[in-house]
This record gives sequence, C-alpha cells and structure tokens, in this order.
Amino acid sequence: MEEAIGRKKRGFAFNFRASLCIPFGVFMALFVVLPLFIIVYYAFRDGDGGFTFQNWASLFADGENSKVNWGIIGMTFVIAASTTIICILIAYPIAYLLANKKYNKNKVLVYIFLLPMWINFVIRTIGLKELLNSLTSVLFDWDITSEHPYISIVIGMVYDYLPFAILPLYNQMLKLDKSQIEAAADLGANPAQVFMKAIVPQTIPGIVSAAMMTFMPTMSSYVIADKMSENSKFIIGSLIQGYFIKRTDDVSSNIGSVLSLVMLMIVGVSMLAQKAFDKKTEERKGNLW
Amino acid sequence: MVNKRKDLIKKIFAKVAIYFVLLLMYAPLIYITVFSFTKVKTTGVWNGFNLSNYTDLFNAKNKTAQAIWKAAGNTMLVAIVAGLISTVLGTFGAIGIHNIRNRHLKSSLNFVTQIPIVNAEIVTAVSLLVLFAFFKNTFGINKNFMTLVIGHVVLTLPYVVISVIPKLEQMDPSLYEAALDLGATRTQALWKVIIPEIVPGILTGFMLSVTLSLDDFVITEFTKPESGNFETISIYVDNQLSKSGIPQQMRAFTAILFAVILIVMVGMFVKTRIDNNRLKASSYKGD
Repeated sequence: MEEAIGRKKRGFAFNFRASLCIPFGVFMALFVVLPLFIIVYYAFRDGDGGFTFQNWASLFADGENSKVNWGIIGMTFVIAASTTIICILIAYPIAYLLANKKYNKNKVLVYIFLLPMWINFVIRTIGLKELLNSLTSVLFDWDITSEHPYISIVIGMVYDYLPFAILPLYNQMLKLDKSQIEAAADLGANPAQVFMKAIVPQTIPGIVSAAMMTFMPTMSSYVIADKMSENSKFIIGSLIQGYFIKRTDDVSSNIGSVLSLVMLMIVGVSMLAQKAFDKKTEERKGNLW
Repeated sequence: MVNKRKDLIKKIFAKVAIYFVLLLMYAPLIYITVFSFTKVKTTGVWNGFNLSNYTDLFNAKNKTAQAIWKAAGNTMLVAIVAGLISTVLGTFGAIGIHNIRNRHLKSSLNFVTQIPIVNAEIVTAVSLLVLFAFFKNTFGINKNFMTLVIGHVVLTLPYVVISVIPKLEQMDPSLYEAALDLGATRTQALWKVIIPEIVPGILTGFMLSVTLSLDDFVITEFTKPESGNFETISIYVDNQLSKSGIPQQMRAFTAILFAVILIVMVGMFVKTRIDNNRLKASSYKGD
C-alpha cells in the first residue's frame, strides 16, 4: 500500500535500488553461469563437435587408464576426508577457546590465525615442505615427501585449510547459548555429557560449514598435492589441470570437462547436504570491522 | 580459592593450546625467515650468518631480484584492480539483491553468488578457460590482462556481496524512504544514506578480495595472459621450482613480508588495547 503511494508520488514504476544489481547479474551470468554450461556442453562432445559418451567411457571404463583414474578419485576422497576430520578436530577446541572471553579478550587472536594468509600459499606450502623434510630426516630418518607422500599431502592440506575450519566454527561458538550449558551442568551432567549434549548440538551448523570449507577445496587444490608429494601423487584437481594445461590432443579438454562436471556434481551434492542441515549462511559472512 | 586455582590452570591450558597451534601455523614462515639469513641453495643446512639474500634482493642489477619485484608488482596490480572492480560491482549487487521483491529472482541471485564460493577453484578456472577459448575462436581475443582480472573478479566478487548484505540487513529500512520524503533524489539517497551505513561491509569485502587475490594460484594459471610472460608471485615461484629451485632471494622477500605482517599484528594488538582502555574510561564517565 505504502509502496503504491510512493510510486504514485514519485512517478516511477521500477525499483531503483533493485536495479542496481543489473551489472552484477550480467557479470555473474556471463562469467559464472555461462562457462559452467559450456563445460556441460563440452563433456558430451567429441573432437569434431558431435554428441558422444566416449569421453566418459575413456575416463571411467577403459581398461588401465580408468583403473588409474578410479584410484586417483578414491585417494582424493581419502585425503579430503582425513584432512577435513583432522582440521575439525584441531579447529573445534581452538574455536571454542577463541570464542571464550576469558582466553581471548579482544578478537585479535582470531586475526592472528588468519594473517599468514597474506603470504602466498605456494610459498607457505613450499616452506612447510622444506621444514617437514628437514624435521623428519633428523627425527625419524625419513624422506617424508618421497617415502610417505600421502601423509605429507594431508599435513600440507591441514596446514593450508585450518583457518577456513576455525573461522566458521568460531562464529558459531560466539552464538553459543551459555545458559543452556550452565543448566546442563547444574542439573548434574558431567563435563563430557555437557560437551556432547549441550555444546556439540548447538554447533552443528558450524561443523557442517567448516567441513564444507575444507573438504571441497582439498579435493581440487592440486598445487598443495604437487608440492607436498614432489609431483608424485595426483588428486582429482591435478587430473583436471593435466587435461587442460599439459595434454594437447583434441579431446583432452572434453575429457577434462567430464572430470570438471563430476567435481561440479560432487559440489552440488555437498551443497544439498549442507542445505539439508540448517541453512544458516551467517557463518560465512565476513565481519572484519 | 580452589575455584580460582582451577580457573588459572584452565586458563594456562587454554593459552598453551592456542599458542601451540599458532606456532604450528607460523612454523614454516619462521623457518623460511631463519634460512633467509644464510647463503645456501636449499634450506636445512646453516652456512653462517649472511645478509647477501637481502642485499641481492635490493640490488637493482640482480636479475632474480628484478623478476621477484616485477612479479610482486603484478600480483599487487591484479589484486587491487580486481578488488576495486569486485567492490563496486559487489556493493551495488548487494544493494540490488537486498531490495529485490521477487522472491524467486532474489533466491536465484543468491544461489549464483554462492557458486564461486562453494565450487572447486579448479572448476571455476577451467570453466573460464573454456569461455576464453570460445572468445578466442569467435572474436579472436587472446587471453590478456583483462581476462586475468575477470578471473580474479569471479573469485572475489561473491565475498564482497556476502560482506555487504549483513550491513544492509542491520540498516533501518525507513532511512532511505525518509531521505526521499525529505526531498533527496534517489542517487543522493543512495550515496548519502545507504553507502555511508554499509562502509564497514564494503571495506571488509575489499580486504577479503585483495587477500584472496594475492593468495591465488589456480585461477591465475588458467586465465593469465598468453603472451609477455606475465607472472604473479605464485606463478613465478611455481615456474622457478620446476626449473632450478626457488631462488634464495625469495626467502628474503618472504621474510620481509612476514615482518610487515608481524608489525601489522602488533599494531592491531596495541590499537585494541588503546580502544579498550578508552572504552573503559568512557564507560566510567557514563556511570
């Protein structure tokens, strides 16, 4: 009603403020949505542009090659899952402590966890690798990057993605309902019960969000995998990168598109899974100032 | 008394845990910094204190130093240009999305905004690569500086939107209407009422953009200019690593960045201390 009067009074029928997002919408349509459709298109085309399922077959059902690919995909899941679990196990108590005024009076400590991100992650990852190499060769007489490449990869991933796990958990912990926790303790729950029944259930959206923030990038960040294993082990991300950058036969970008589409589907499924949980996006809304 | 001691133990335990994890997070940087003060090809062996990495880094004739500074300049340039574009597009985008009344349009725009955040970076990069390949085939446009900037805008734009929207939600919606009723034009109301209210969100978005852009490797690798050997720091480091190993001067460069970060950190500590004291002082006055 008020809106109608407003329109009449000012004599315009369109929503000025809403129209401000047109450049944004055009940009997103052109550079985010359209490219994804091109990927889908490419995934079902052969070298000459005809429709085919051959790209899928040569990736997943073609003898030796497909065995290697399935192996890499399986290993990627193992690496991503272990990284996610380790990150959450470390980030959860840290986030809990950081959100507690007693231990972290003025948010500064949180920023200190994020500050290393200002130094390029390639440099940080290589620094970590060199540090790990010299530490493990002194302590265990290992050459970790060549003898235990998977351990080395997971360490690198945890190192790089831990801040991404801490942040959403921290934001969730800030919203903890203290009276619920105190009530549980007053009613006779022991500390373990308080933790499991009063604290954890309140933080599930944060856990889900932290898991998403570590699991998804871990699957695709081939740079960390390359550096930490000295190019000896691959993850899905490295496969895709290889098809687009290194190989040059005429269907390699089509096969790469298939893999990208598979990644996209994994992303979609995890997004749906997250939506199934409480869809509160607040955890990700940055609030530096 | 017992409780007090228990609290103290708890506090010490908590501090130890926090600082231990922090130490782990900073260990690689400390390691690089330590080995920036010695002249060895690879880290791990100490070869006496030596500042040659630093003098080389600031020697204008040193080829490696030139390459490092050029890459650093390129990185900053891309981050700032992309950050500014993202901030403008994203701020107006957020205002727009916030004011859209059609629920379907609103939720689909929100969904599209989420895509680059949730999507694997490699997929975003590859999808841009195929788009730019399409541009090349149809319009003859090679990948150039603009494609790189577009790549970084795609990466950072959503973060500006999700930083600005909460500020819009906190804002009193009648302020804009009031400005209009008092005779402001729509543009005036936008610039004098809405924008000043959401400045903190805009700044957060800009800082996030720059941070993400500085740190990026994947998008850069796929969208960087085809000619002219354009390198950002991450591309430079990666190229050097596969050629002859990372140059020693890079350690000095990283150490300097690390020092800058430490200074910022100390500055933040001091500033919050001062702010807190001021807050306390003013609240006493208020009593």
